[in-house]
Amino acid sequence: MTEPSAGYEAVIGLEVHVQVKTRSKIFTPVATGYGHEPNTLTDPVVLALPGTLPVMNKAALDAIIKAGLLLGCDIAPVCKWDRKNYFYPDSPKNYQISQYDQPLCRGGAVEIELPGPARNVMGGHKKIPLTRIHLEEDVGKLNHGATDSLVDFNRAGTPLMEIVSEPALHTAEEAFAYLTSLRATMIYGGISDCDMEKGQLRCDANISIRPVGETELGIKVELKNLNSISFVRDGIAHEIKRQLAVVERGGTLVQETRDYDGESGISQSLRSKEMAHDYRYFPDPDLMPVKVDEAWKRRIAAECPELPFAKQRRFFEQYQVPYTLTSVLVWDKDLADYFEEAAKLSGKPQAVGNWIVNDLLRELGRSSSGAGRGLSPTDRTMSGMSPELQQSPLAVCRVRPAHIAALVQLVESGTVLTNAAKEIFVEMFGSGEMPESIADRRGLRAAPTDAGELEQWCRDAIGANAKAVAEFKSGKDSAINAFKGPVMKAAKGKANPKLVDETLRKLLAAM
Amino acid sequence: MPSDIFFQPITELAAALEAKKISAVELTGAVIARTRAVDGRVHAFNSFDEAGALAQAAASDARRTGGQARGPLDGIPVGLKDVIAVAGQPLTASSNMLANFVSPYDATVTRKLKDAGAVLWGRLNCDEFAMGSSTENSAFRPVHNPWDTTRVPGGSSGGSAAALAAGEAGATLGSDTGGSIRQPAALCGVVGLKPTYGLVSRYGLVAFASSLDQIGPFARTVEDAALVLGVIAGHDERDSTSCKIEIPKYRAELGRRRGPWKLGIPKEYFGEGLDPEIAAAVERAIAFYRHEGCEIKEITLPHTQYCLDAYYVIATAEASSNLARYDGIRYGHRSKDTTDAVDIYFKSRSEGFGAEVKRRIILGTYVLSSGYYDAYYLRAQKVRTLIRQDFLNAFREVDALITPTSPVPAFKIGEKSDPLALYLCDIYTIGVNLAGLPAISVPCGFTDRSLPIGAQLIGQPFQEAALLAIAHAYERAHDWGTRHPIL
Repeated sequence: MTEPSAGYEAVIGLEVHVQVKTRSKIFTPVATGYGHEPNTLTDPVVLALPGTLPVMNKAALDAIIKAGLLLGCDIAPVCKWDRKNYFYPDSPKNYQISQYDQPLCRGGAVEIELPGPARNVMGGHKKIPLTRIHLEEDVGKLNHGATDSLVDFNRAGTPLMEIVSEPALHTAEEAFAYLTSLRATMIYGGISDCDMEKGQLRCDANISIRPVGETELGIKVELKNLNSISFVRDGIAHEIKRQLAVVERGGTLVQETRDYDGESGISQSLRSKEMAHDYRYFPDPDLMPVKVDEAWKRRIAAECPELPFAKQRRFFEQYQVPYTLTSVLVWDKDLADYFEEAAKLSGKPQAVGNWIVNDLLRELGRSSSGAGRGLSPTDRTMSGMSPELQQSPLAVCRVRPAHIAALVQLVESGTVLTNAAKEIFVEMFGSGEMPESIADRRGLRAAPTDAGELEQWCRDAIGANAKAVAEFKSGKDSAINAFKGPVMKAAKGKANPKLVDETLRKLLAAM
Repeated sequence: MPSDIFFQPITELAAALEAKKISAVELTGAVIARTRAVDGRVHAFNSFDEAGALAQAAASDARRTGGQARGPLDGIPVGLKDVIAVAGQPLTASSNMLANFVSPYDATVTRKLKDAGAVLWGRLNCDEFAMGSSTENSAFRPVHNPWDTTRVPGGSSGGSAAALAAGEAGATLGSDTGGSIRQPAALCGVVGLKPTYGLVSRYGLVAFASSLDQIGPFARTVEDAALVLGVIAGHDERDSTSCKIEIPKYRAELGRRRGPWKLGIPKEYFGEGLDPEIAAAVERAIAFYRHEGCEIKEITLPHTQYCLDAYYVIATAEASSNLARYDGIRYGHRSKDTTDAVDIYFKSRSEGFGAEVKRRIILGTYVLSSGYYDAYYLRAQKVRTLIRQDFLNAFREVDALITPTSPVPAFKIGEKSDPLALYLCDIYTIGVNLAGLPAISVPCGFTDRSLPIGAQLIGQPFQEAALLAIAHAYERAHDWGTRHPIL
């Protein structure tokens, strides 16, 4: 949708900030959190009172090592800290502890899936290379009033990873797919919940255009405040259009930082290159470098989960389930695990997958204020992810994989009919009762079990419709359906359709 | 109770307290009375809390009565330089920026002193943010040297040195970034110890230059210094630059460690600019050690000439960043009638900081600036490595070095108006901070004008026990510490 016009291509690099989900802050043991009373998650260190010193929280280092391993980065042997000096009221020390020339992770890549030719067809995959990932501390938050501004330092000191991509993205769609995949990776790894509304994932985009075939980068514009994944896509698309328009009318682009307002869909300049900061980086003398040895990396590697795309490839291979199912199942680790457990119990992965993707997700969606889940990377509705999406309602869902497997078994064996099974599903979702038990209690089992009785109903039906018998005999297979209605009616709807079909064919063949 | 009890070493006071010859309340009362009597001429204190001190003393007496005394510091009035945090007490750094700031938390050394039962007594004047060598940079008032109140006490911990010399505390703590404990100790005739970098926690010390700052004691005797060091040293989870090492029983080690030692004389420390009376006094101290059977060896520290340059790059760079937090937003001085955040920064910092602090912030900002970093900061760090290597090379041949502490004795207040002239006061002390070594200044005589002279002993990293023993050997054979200023 945002392909640059003739002769030009866009080059996009993303800087993504991800808050690491640690219990305490990165340099002091005060709790992290969101939505608390202002300035309650603080202590002398957070407020940068005279004499306070930072001490590193190893859990934050664990998290970035895990992120690096998941994304295939080289992990530095030493974690070294620098000070980034600049004055801003949300920054208590007026320097930010960060990593400058020795980021903890270098290289690596984010695998993305581009939109396919249709929603139910898998799109192409590519790997977007990463420049680096480093760890730093988050700042506080300014709340501007009419006549004054207030600072809330609750967020200050929350561990924050900055994930920088190479300028290797070319469309807004690619940027969207990149963020979706990166976000899933972080959630999978338990590194962050990546709730953009809570600022747990934030994205800045560096965008330039250049004539196709040119290898040098054009004048770069940094786009800030892209606070939802669709705003990222829309903002980038808007900026590419803006740059092309400037070039087309013979203007020149300037290096600047622009603010994109997702609501109004317009951007405005914040500052030009001349006002760029000199951060006066230097090694933080308060923090000793920390060695990251092989044993540490091995310990973290053992905690690394399989990522969605790898899982999808394995699901294709191992379960022979289609893209329409994997594209839903693999984006939620709990859901994927749930599927695998049910598939193994039942041995019928496709049927299990269908129940999960169609019925279970529908019921879960209903029970969690209408939110959908298991969104695919190309889903257009992913903006403004609601918090419910983060918590897994699966964990509290009464329908366990054993229920699904049992239900599939009932249907496959013809013990219950599809419509009855749907009823059973809704009931067991509410109660957690096993499907066999519901079928028995509510009389939903396909009946009768008495083959003699069924055979008699079949004989009656055949006997009453000579025309259909003739049609069937002359080769019109569908004519057999004409007998099924009366049989079912006689069976009060509880006959096993598979058995009915078999019996009718046996009798017709004998005629 | 002897009338000059406020001049007695802690070891004797502790014995008197233990023998119940005096109470902590009486001792604290005597120190308060002495402070009231003399501090109008010395100005060692920025503030003191008499009721608080007496309450702490009463608690100490209660502990002792109940058989729960916590050791030799229990009940001893200890003064803290006004850059060390005490919960509920002002923490001004002798700056208008923090004139009204009260710390809500204790520094680690403060907590350790409290745990040892010390009576925390008053906030001691210093150069603003510990930047200076004369305590004339205090934003409130200069400290006067008790030996001659027209003269400076040295700095930056001038209040800590002067208070002790004037009998206003049993011991004091200071901080030493380039000589700020040792030089005022020398100029005031007391013992001053700068520990190895990383031995004492810096948590709760208002930072000047993080890679150089160390807290250390001022004391009347080497034994007192050993005693206080034993209380404040040790790893702190709140300071990741504090080292995890076994802390020796410094006081007990004094008696166990005997010479003779091998002592090095760095020739670069006896050159031009050294006051001849000081040179002679230090030579006599060297002669003492030689007489005691110590091997005296001239050694060289070839990069000494670069110490001052490297120091003023590294220290100011770190200071420019460390002092950025004083912005008028969360605490401290905020200018009135400001229009926006940037205006608050400019006006508050312009009004809150004194000239020397501004000078160092500007210099430090400059040396870290884009395009200058490699030429200044990075190069200074490389020089620093060479300076440390000089010392480590010397320690392959000798146990400790002996030098003058200060090139000059106490000078007149206002005499050195050129900042560079003042910077030269630290010429013999700065290398120790750059190398992270322990060093102690001990009294070694007086000038003709009865101004104290100090000798500096420099030890190997974390070898404070040896350093104290060497100093102790000298001190036992001399009686400089028994002389007191007349106020």
